[in-house]
Amino acid sequence: MPVNFLGVFAKSPIKPLEQHIDKVADAAERMVPFFQAVMDNRWEEAETIQRQISALEQEADTLKREIRMSLPSGIFMPVQRTDLLEIVTQQDKIANKAKDIAGRVIGRQSQVPELLQETFIAYVQRCVDAVKQAQKAINEMDDLLESGFRGREVTFVNELIQQLDAIEDDTDSMQVKLRRQLFSIENDLNPIDVMVFYKILEWIGDLADLAERVGARLELMLARS
Amino acid sequence: MVEVLVTYGPWLIAAAALFGFLMAFGVGANDVANAMGTSVGSGALSIKQAILIAMVFEFAGAYLAGGEVTNTIRKGIIDGAYFVDTPELLVYGFISALLAAGIWLVAASFLGWPVSTTHSIIGAIIGFAAVGVGMEAVMWGKVAGIVGSWVVTPAISGIIAFLIFQSAQKLIFDTDKPLLNAKRYVPFYMALAAFVMSLVTIKKGLKHVGLHFDTVEAYGLAILLAAIVGLLGKVAIGRVKFDTNADRHSQFANVEKVFALLMVVTACCMAFAHGSNDVANAIGPLAAVVTIVSHGGEIPDQAPLAWWILPLGAFGIVLGLAILGKRVIATIGTKITHLTPSRGFAAELAAASTVVIASGTGLPISTTQTLVGAVLGVGMARGIAALNISVVRNIVISWVVTLPAGAALSIVFFMIIRTMMQ
Repeated sequence: MPVNFLGVFAKSPIKPLEQHIDKVADAAERMVPFFQAVMDNRWEEAETIQRQISALEQEADTLKREIRMSLPSGIFMPVQRTDLLEIVTQQDKIANKAKDIAGRVIGRQSQVPELLQETFIAYVQRCVDAVKQAQKAINEMDDLLESGFRGREVTFVNELIQQLDAIEDDTDSMQVKLRRQLFSIENDLNPIDVMVFYKILEWIGDLADLAERVGARLELMLARS
Repeated sequence: MVEVLVTYGPWLIAAAALFGFLMAFGVGANDVANAMGTSVGSGALSIKQAILIAMVFEFAGAYLAGGEVTNTIRKGIIDGAYFVDTPELLVYGFISALLAAGIWLVAASFLGWPVSTTHSIIGAIIGFAAVGVGMEAVMWGKVAGIVGSWVVTPAISGIIAFLIFQSAQKLIFDTDKPLLNAKRYVPFYMALAAFVMSLVTIKKGLKHVGLHFDTVEAYGLAILLAAIVGLLGKVAIGRVKFDTNADRHSQFANVEKVFALLMVVTACCMAFAHGSNDVANAIGPLAAVVTIVSHGGEIPDQAPLAWWILPLGAFGIVLGLAILGKRVIATIGTKITHLTPSRGFAAELAAASTVVIASGTGLPISTTQTLVGAVLGVGMARGIAALNISVVRNIVISWVVTLPAGAALSIVFFMIIRTMMQ
């Protein structure tokens, strides 16, 4: 089969990167129904969701590997290779975290203390919002490419990233509030459950932290170009 | 000695015609993806549409604008004066050059090398001239110019592509209302493409179909045609259905629809330029053989092209395209990722423009080279998601290899034919 000059077009890393964050965000979003099921003691449903999250994490892993493999040193891109790889790594950590959280909760049959439930689910939702915001920013990569990584599209994406930072700030203060609430009732609860719950609070907060880091990497990429 | 030409004249012409047809077939099969690939890859055209456009415009380009370029191929590289006493050597030489270039094209395609059809025939002509007569029969200055064009041609088309892409960015993509601006400015790009294309036609050819224009008339006519195409484009854009409920702030998807229309124009442009430029590779040597044989061995400075030569070349290209080009285009249509009409357009228009500019200097340039340069230019403007630089390296190597390879093959065939005829 004759090969022609069109071989110079390498496989684009941008579409897979967007697919990757979509998978990751999908996994993170399931945290809300997951905890809802846990709090209602619907463990069968919780386990189903946990398996879904695990499957999504695996799919994300495959995509991650694909992106890494398709960027040998002979590929010329409008953005730095290192930035791109770093973004994939950060994105992937979000899915891993979601999988870990769901796995631990199922494993220990952990329960959310009655008093915290309402604040807690709002907190999970806000952390998921951060991930969704990161997804929104990454999904602008298409349009960034269209505009040659210049001009008002860059400004627009930077705004998205600033909003992401604001969401992450929110989750921080929510976490502080939840800790305080937990502290006030911790004497009435099983000590190990309390310790585990502190951990879970932290991990859920990590979802937002990691999302923020994706945004920060994207910001760096744009600043450099 | 010239009796040979009289006795075996018809046979020699038949052989040259056969090999010339083979060469044209190779050009159509191999190179046409260069002209149509970006259009199919960006999704602006379906494969069927691309083939249809390619057939019409390759043929039109070869037939209407291809006549003039043949002179460079048959006279520009070697000094005819050295063959005055032995015209039959020139005839054998051109026949072996056609066979050598045709075979090299097929072999390189098998190996997956994107070689230049232009350079394979030039290498072949240099080969037999250097051996058949002597090193001094080759105009080495011209050859140096060709080697120089390996750098200059991609550079020119790269710069033009960069500028076109940047202008599209400034005027359309980096604005508040990209869709509105696309509708406003794309007709001008269409007009520009039409202007370039009509200038190729008028400046390069149309003479042998009996039409003559001076410079002012040529430019006037090109501007007139450009205006017509621009207006038609405006009407066509008005009829495109846009996704009105797209809540995306940038509307880039809709902008690309406008560019897809433009891509149709540039695809025609490119196919036309390709046909006009590359048909000469096949018919130039063939025309030389026919001229010398029909003049009984005399090598005239000016000779009209026999009427059947251009259609033969044009038909060969179209046949090669129809039989093999489909497969080539089909594979690339699915392989390329993230090539949008706006980027493909910048590359194609730049390449077509470069063909015009370079034709003014008389250099036989390669369409592959201009497109590679143009694509790199768009890449430099950060318009293309990923470019495989190692493939570019291979392409450059194949440019260098093609000249000596074509030369070596044609030397072998030349020796064989000369021995046979003695």
